Amino acid sequence: MSSLEIRSLYVALAATPDKPIVKGLDLTIKTGEVHAIMGPNGTGKSTLSKAIAGHPDYVITSGDVLLDGKSILEMEPDERARAGLFLAFQYPSEIPGVSIANFLRAAVQARLAEGEELDATAYYKRLYSKMDLLKIDRKFTSRSVNEGFSGGEKKRCEILQMAMLEPKFSLMDETDSGLDIDALRIVAEGVNTLKGGELGVLLITHYQRLLNYIVPDFVHVMYDGRIVKSGDKSLALELEAKGYDWVKTELAAATA
Amino acid sequence: MSAPALSSDAVIGLDSARFAQHLSQRAYLPAWWLEAKKAAFNQFNALPMPSRTDETWRFSNLKGIDISGFTLPEDPATQIPNHTRFPQTAEIVFSNRQVVGRSTVPAELAAKGVIFAPLDEALKTHGDIVKQYFQKHPASLGSEKFVALNTAFTSSGALLYVPADVEVALPFVVQHTLTGENVAAFPHTIVVLGPRAKATLVEFFISGGAANERQLAAGVNDLHAAEGAQLTYVGAQHWSANTLAFQVNSIVAERDARVLSLNLHLGGRQCRHESNSRLLGPGAHSEMLALTVATGAQEFDQRTLQTHVAPHTTSNLLYKNALLDTAKTIFSGLIIVEPDAQKTDAYQKNRNLMLSDTAEAHSLPGLEIQANDVKCSHGSTSARIDAEQEFYLRARGINPVETRRLLVAAFFEEVLEKLENEDLHVALTGLIASQFKR
Ligand SMILES: Nc1ncnc2c1ncn2[C@@H]1O[C@H](COP(=O)(O)OP(=O)(O)OP(=O)(O)O)[C@@H](O)[C@H]1O
Ligand SMILES: [Mg+2]
Repeated sequence: MSSLEIRSLYVALAATPDKPIVKGLDLTIKTGEVHAIMGPNGTGKSTLSKAIAGHPDYVITSGDVLLDGKSILEMEPDERARAGLFLAFQYPSEIPGVSIANFLRAAVQARLAEGEELDATAYYKRLYSKMDLLKIDRKFTSRSVNEGFSGGEKKRCEILQMAMLEPKFSLMDETDSGLDIDALRIVAEGVNTLKGGELGVLLITHYQRLLNYIVPDFVHVMYDGRIVKSGDKSLALELEAKGYDWVKTELAAATA
Repeated sequence: MSAPALSSDAVIGLDSARFAQHLSQRAYLPAWWLEAKKAAFNQFNALPMPSRTDETWRFSNLKGIDISGFTLPEDPATQIPNHTRFPQTAEIVFSNRQVVGRSTVPAELAAKGVIFAPLDEALKTHGDIVKQYFQKHPASLGSEKFVALNTAFTSSGALLYVPADVEVALPFVVQHTLTGENVAAFPHTIVVLGPRAKATLVEFFISGGAANERQLAAGVNDLHAAEGAQLTYVGAQHWSANTLAFQVNSIVAERDARVLSLNLHLGGRQCRHESNSRLLGPGAHSEMLALTVATGAQEFDQRTLQTHVAPHTTSNLLYKNALLDTAKTIFSGLIIVEPDAQKTDAYQKNRNLMLSDTAEAHSLPGLEIQANDVKCSHGSTSARIDAEQEFYLRARGINPVETRRLLVAAFFEEVLEKLENEDLHVALTGLIASQFKR
């Protein structure tokens, strides 16, 4: 079993390091677990996930992120990924001129030992089987990464990448937005099979709907850069029914 | 490969004694050719070196143009690298000045009159064709002195002649390999396609020895597409890191002919490339393409001219440079539309991808329009690598070097996809990838 520990994490924009967006966040995820984070727009959910992945726009001003007890903060983004982190982007980049096949091939090759050559036949076999599973047309392999993809196609492509790269921890930032109900079911099936193995998931979402398919072990409410409430899956239902104002009032009462 | 014949020549510079010796060794060649060489040698000596006041050399590092102390290599190297493989019709491989590998033109094509031979041989067997097209339309973009030096000492090169209505699917390949310290190569290749003929010639320019051998290369091409012909020319240059290189392309397209030229620049210390397309008949088109990976302190200096002589002609130039480290590129392009060339469509684009803050890209686009009913545009852009794209690739575990390779390949794809031949596309992509090592 592996663990991803986020300890009193403060994150700011690199340009304004004195203005934290994430303000002392603690969370530990173990493989086999699904943690859902819900929270209003602009509360710092994407900032948290991108900072963990090593996005250069953000600085971690204090706190730590540990993968199996070792800090990853000194690691380059590609090293973090090879160590087992995966970020499914809320807004995946379009890369005209780089085909899905070449892109994934480079990513798979990056995980091989120095000097080891990728077995192209085996690679394509695996790629096609994952694509079939996710019901992605094989023709997509020759298309440029995310270029001209619909919102849902982009999200499916993120899941395809996750399936190919087999991370230990996946930070899924609103992967459900833009997915139709069939795609949602397929993605959920994918995550459910993977988590049976060695996968820990941080699921950022606005919709209880997803959690019907991927049942979370923990639900956290993020507000103003912090986790302000944690519970089991029933918390998501309660949030859906009462809205974030309920959390705000509770918070105000607690600090009063 | 047979043991190289020992030569009695002393290693001296490219002076008149060396030239006289070079001529005497070629006494068996046609008189007109020897006269042309003599005239060229005199012209070389008479012409001044490029100077600061010369507009055609603006921004060039003139101090880097030191042609002293070079001589002709005498013997072929025993070991030479081979160009990237892809299906081909026939090839001629030069090591230094000798032919060291040659495959014959398939009998069926030879029967149709296709000629593919080293230049020295072609001068003997088909001197009339060589004479008709040799420097018929000199490029004249500033390197006249080095073109003259090429004519004086032409050392390797070929004639490809494809007669009317003959189409050849797979490329012809010429490889020039230069090995040794302080040696020079003077390649000259002539491609002539008869009316409605179709063919591709790929030329590789490679250094064969240590990565840092001091070398000089001055190459010339004459590319001629007769009425309705379709000519594809690819020049891929990977000279040693200490090579001073000049290459001058002259492109001629007659009525309804279509020429695509793609020059790939990878090696060399300082490289000057000139290309002039002349559109001589209505319906003629020239697609002028170039890709450059400029690393370290390399300088790539590219000068182009699109000359529209006849009406209803089109040209499209797209030169893309990827710049790293402290590399420098210069692009200077001119479109000339002559008074008769109404209904010309001419485009010229130079795009630079800056992968370093210390690299330098200069762009000097120009138009000279003497007709009134034309469509012309030119432009240049310099952009940095997209930080979000870069992060996306890194976030998938792809290291910085490989990330750059992918993004440069993506940037180049717009040019490479214009090649009809998929195998050639793959081969060039591989050659470009070899510039990005972990
Ligand atoms: N690169 C950036 N440049 C400027 N502001 C930023 C940047 N990244 C985040 N922010 C700001 O930080 C705050 C948190 O943004 P973030 O994207 O993390 O929110 P979120 O919780 O993911 O919201 P949503 O639910 O809308 O996706 C917002 O006010 C946002 O505008
Ligand atoms: Mg977000």
